[in-house]
Amino acid sequence: MEKPLTKNIPPNGDGPLPLTAYEKAGGYESVRKALNASPATITDLVTKAKLRGRGGAGFSTGMKWSFVPMGKDAPHPKYLLANADEMEPGTFKDRLLLEGDPHQLIEGMIVAAYAIQADIAYIFLRAEYTLAAKRLSRAIAEAYEKHYLGRNILGSGYSLEIYLHVSAGRYMCGEETGLLNALEGKRANPRSKPPFPPIAGLWGKPTIVQNVETLCNLPHIINNGPQWFTSLSLTADGGTKLYGASGKVKRPGLWELPMGTTIREILEGHAGGMRDGVKLRGLLPGGASTDFLTEQHLDVRMDFREVQKAGSRLGTGTMIVLDDQTCPVGMVWNLERFFSQESCGWCTPCWSGLNWAERILRAMEEGRGQMGDLEKLEFQTKFNAPGHTFCALAPGAMEPLQSALKYFHADFEQHIREHRCPWR
Amino acid sequence: MAAIYIDDQAYKADPKQNLLHACLSLGFNLPYFCWHPAMGSVGACRQCAVKQFQDEKDTRGRIVMACMTPAADGTRISIEDQEAVAFRAGVIEGMMINHPHDCPVCDEGGHCHLQDMTVMTGHDYRRYSFLKRTFRNQYLGPLVNHEMNRCIQCYRCVRFYREYAGGRDFDVFGLRDQVYFGRQNEGVLENEFSGNLVEVCPTGVFTDKTLKRHYARKWDMQMAPSVCVHCGLGCNITPGERYGILRQIVTRYNREVNGYFLCDRGRYGYEFVNSSHRIRQAGIAGEKNTASRTKVDVIQRLSSLVVPGAKVIGIGSPRASLESNFLLRTLVGPEHFYAGVDDHQYRLALTMLDILRTGPSRSPSLREVELSDAVLILGEDVTNVAPRMALSLRQSVRQQPMQVIDKMRIPPWDDHAVRHVLQDAKGPLFVASPAATRLDDVATRTYRASPDDVARLGFGIANALDDAAPAVPDLPGDLRTLVDQIATALKNARRPLVISGPGCNNEAVIQAAANVARALYTARLPATLSFTTPECNSFGLALMAPAPLSQAFAAVRDGAANVVVILENDLYRRLPAHLVDEFLNSVSQVVVLDHLQTRTTERASLVLPAATFAEADGTLVSSEGRAQRFYQVFVPDGDIRASWHWLRDAIAIARSPAPTWEHIDDVIAAMARDIPALAMVPKAAPSGSFRIWGEKVPREPHRYSGRTAMHANIDVHEPKPPDDPDTPLSFSMEGTPEQPPGALIPFFWSPGWNSIQATNFYQSEIAGPLREGDPGVRLIEPARDATGEYYVHIPNAFARQSHEWLLVPLYHIFGSEELSLVSSGIAELAPKPYVALSADDAESLGLRPGEAVRIHLDNIAYRLPVVINKDLPSGVAGLPIGVPPLTGIHLPAYSTLLPDREYSKTP
Repeated sequence: MEKPLTKNIPPNGDGPLPLTAYEKAGGYESVRKALNASPATITDLVTKAKLRGRGGAGFSTGMKWSFVPMGKDAPHPKYLLANADEMEPGTFKDRLLLEGDPHQLIEGMIVAAYAIQADIAYIFLRAEYTLAAKRLSRAIAEAYEKHYLGRNILGSGYSLEIYLHVSAGRYMCGEETGLLNALEGKRANPRSKPPFPPIAGLWGKPTIVQNVETLCNLPHIINNGPQWFTSLSLTADGGTKLYGASGKVKRPGLWELPMGTTIREILEGHAGGMRDGVKLRGLLPGGASTDFLTEQHLDVRMDFREVQKAGSRLGTGTMIVLDDQTCPVGMVWNLERFFSQESCGWCTPCWSGLNWAERILRAMEEGRGQMGDLEKLEFQTKFNAPGHTFCALAPGAMEPLQSALKYFHADFEQHIREHRCPWR
Repeated sequence: MAAIYIDDQAYKADPKQNLLHACLSLGFNLPYFCWHPAMGSVGACRQCAVKQFQDEKDTRGRIVMACMTPAADGTRISIEDQEAVAFRAGVIEGMMINHPHDCPVCDEGGHCHLQDMTVMTGHDYRRYSFLKRTFRNQYLGPLVNHEMNRCIQCYRCVRFYREYAGGRDFDVFGLRDQVYFGRQNEGVLENEFSGNLVEVCPTGVFTDKTLKRHYARKWDMQMAPSVCVHCGLGCNITPGERYGILRQIVTRYNREVNGYFLCDRGRYGYEFVNSSHRIRQAGIAGEKNTASRTKVDVIQRLSSLVVPGAKVIGIGSPRASLESNFLLRTLVGPEHFYAGVDDHQYRLALTMLDILRTGPSRSPSLREVELSDAVLILGEDVTNVAPRMALSLRQSVRQQPMQVIDKMRIPPWDDHAVRHVLQDAKGPLFVASPAATRLDDVATRTYRASPDDVARLGFGIANALDDAAPAVPDLPGDLRTLVDQIATALKNARRPLVISGPGCNNEAVIQAAANVARALYTARLPATLSFTTPECNSFGLALMAPAPLSQAFAAVRDGAANVVVILENDLYRRLPAHLVDEFLNSVSQVVVLDHLQTRTTERASLVLPAATFAEADGTLVSSEGRAQRFYQVFVPDGDIRASWHWLRDAIAIARSPAPTWEHIDDVIAAMARDIPALAMVPKAAPSGSFRIWGEKVPREPHRYSGRTAMHANIDVHEPKPPDDPDTPLSFSMEGTPEQPPGALIPFFWSPGWNSIQATNFYQSEIAGPLREGDPGVRLIEPARDATGEYYVHIPNAFARQSHEWLLVPLYHIFGSEELSLVSSGIAELAPKPYVALSADDAESLGLRPGEAVRIHLDNIAYRLPVVINKDLPSGVAGLPIGVPPLTGIHLPAYSTLLPDREYSKTP
């Protein structure tokens, strides 16, 4: 089984390969290849590889690039942004790539930037990823030294500058357009679309924002071709995927597996199943802002379409596991507290509703729940539905809540009835 | 027009607009908060949610925000849809989680948009059972009150303050339900338009601090359509009165003039009306006992002074109405009627009028200023002399960059999308002035120079545009480059605008502006030319063509006059004191009609209490050339009457045969006959006989309370409301419930819309003209066959003098204007007198900021502290004109600057 994304990452947590070793392992080969091809060819390859964005939304990468104005009259500078603001609770996949193989990301960024003829690239990094910041800075400096970055890259005539921007630290900064505002020094409020960032993004110029994992796939697509890439997958979406598991499993962790690996294989095979003495009650398949799945869904393939069919989302592909010794109400309260904290305060349903939901859940946990609270929570899940709010934060926040109300209704009722949390 | 379907009914809508705009234009009650007709949509509050359907077969539909959805042809929406109705109630419920239930003690109550919208959505039961969030409020200065607990996070305030008005000291902080709108630290709001927060805020976070001191609810106030008197722009205002006290000023929408906004001088300058320095009783010098004197006695006294044969002259006023000026002119005879401003200012006004009436360029309305796409300002500090225009100019710099959004298919109302695309792109705006201006932050280039050099720049630009315009000899190379840059920018524009005025007190500056406009016209560009005027009726007075004031002084000196009637004018603010003293000492009788005690009224043998704008009807001519009617808001106590009332009655006695003028319409008709330039004035407003189904327009809202109680200390019987024989308005809550024409709207109210947002329902479409047209009539239009010539007298370049400084006037929105300075809040914000110098000049004199210098003007010495103004050219110093004691001085003038160490030591 091929593991292109993680093959150069030392398994024991050692630092990343230095540039010479990275090059020896085939590193930056895709940059040479790409620079010899036309930008359109690169976009075409990526489209054919069926690479979908790994940040959670799963939008076709090649299609996104095709919206960027190209040619003589295109506005410049154009921007490529690596979204490394990994703040989704339970998600730590990009961290591995950033800390373990920073050159892979830079290589992927050069390829993507070349395909859209970007002039400037930024890595927007989560504030807490200080080790990644150190390693990225070093890698960027190395890449500049070897002329993979800067003016006239490898004599090709193409130039690209990369800057590392460390975020001030807010969940909203990871939202595509919130990230643009944050990078411009504004509040990380989401922007209205249109204009979509490929047309008018950072400082009003064409901008592509891609998740770290998405970008890391690019060198391998260029080196090995789209057919190879689709063949890595078990389903319609191309490539491998970094899957993770956290919670009371035997071996929490992160594994690069073929796209479309089943939940059961990840949970039982790679994470070693539940710890002794606890049973699985449910799981959030792709981070905190996805709906709960339960035991009945264990054979669902973890790809964009299949997880959606099961009533949730692939999201980031890193699952949070709930066991029978943990209070589901408490877990959801914890998540809603996070989302409520991170609401940017722009649209009313989000800033008013998340806070309210969080307080109700806390009250339940503290034995102050009341009859009628469940209706209020149900109301919020509908009130904050997609399209009702300005961006996807609040609808995402409602996903674990609405599915918890569905699957763990009795637990909520018990909290209210008994005026206490049965797990406390 | 697009066909759209609202709840299965077909309607016509403008496809370039959004659905909220369309629904409100069609008269639907669709609630909203974050959208503002002048600021567009941002989709934050989610209050205007409707259900949109794909087509007639779609029965599920989806919730969309009306403000963010184009009114495209075929759009099908439902406002009544149950899910949409429930969602809108849910939004209010969310806002009400934290909103204090303090309506009874909240200044906003009764004209609160949040109250209106809450009632409209039907949300009435509190389900939230936790604590509310609370905030600490800030001191924001003497004008605006802050109560953050009431905030519903609609973001309108910060959008107005920062994005629309260009303020920097106010922002949004925090996140989630803890978003805070205020300053980083407590302190006075710096922006000159901060008072608009009071109206922009949909609830009581920002309220009028001056209203707070003498509070009355909107429904309890008597109101009338009025016009601001604190500069020449003629912004439309709605003053509100109760118990004889003027309580507040709010915006009266006029699309062509001020739109939705006022400046802070206009909003807060009104308190002179309530001043303890008001003249409320007629005063006769030497007579102490006023109790037994009647109005008739006073008029008799006045008439006795102006009988035929008496050598009477009249001095008019640029801050008095056309009617008052005209009746003074009639009383004394046109040949004895003099302009109440110094000769130079008057001459500039005549020059500007002449340019606008004989030249090819049109004076734009403020709306047209806003739509201009390249602007040249010659010599004016617009923010401080014609403040509301500066707000329009801030929008004008977006016009050129906005051209790209069409191609990107972004509608102009999608405000933040537009701003994200435009970023900091700004169209051409050039400011040439002696010192920094508050528009410099949006200027393409600024040019700091003496008035003569500003004029030379303008002449140079005209020459660069058209060879036939005179060339400026020895223009330095760097200036040549600037000239070419400005000329190119103006030439490449679709709607270029040139702004100038009497700010520099320099005729060449005005002539240069005229040359630029003429050159653009010759190049077949529809350039507009806007001149600021210093006072509310500067152009109105000049259109009457009175004789210059110096001739009045000469007439007295020569013995040709011994009685002078001074109308609403403090001559000591016009001319040096010794000249005025000499003049007043030389006449036997001085009659003054004015609102407030002044140095001039102190010298009067007869003082007549003159009504302010709030107590009189009249007409003013704005700097656009627009004649606009203001209506009496309330009947004042005491002897106070409109100046033209006093004068009319005096004429009736003193003249034989006396004209049979009863009402304002008679006066206006006579004036229109007598003075061709004012022939159109009768069209400024409906005549006094106008009625709607036989009824007058009530000045009081139908909920006006306490009318049987408010006089109960005098008489338990409800008094008959005062008559108003002059106008179609009544001093009553009774009258037509219908909407009057634009010029007669006493206040904006519509069922369910108690806030000023009710303006929506008085417009032909949202943000469009008022139904039946925007108030006012333009008196000044360019000559149809404008031939004319370029001005050819180009001043020499300014040469720095070795021992003297050229003192130029510097203007202050708070401080330079006479009447507003009486308001305590405005006075607090006004500067102390100073002399401004460049840092280098100060250093060359060995002066540090705060140290005193002595200057001499007209043989009067002034000791003033030094203020460093880094933008002043070397050899030029600035004085805050109008700030006492710096009144009645003629600038520019040369003076030595002598350090006065002794003075510096005193505090």
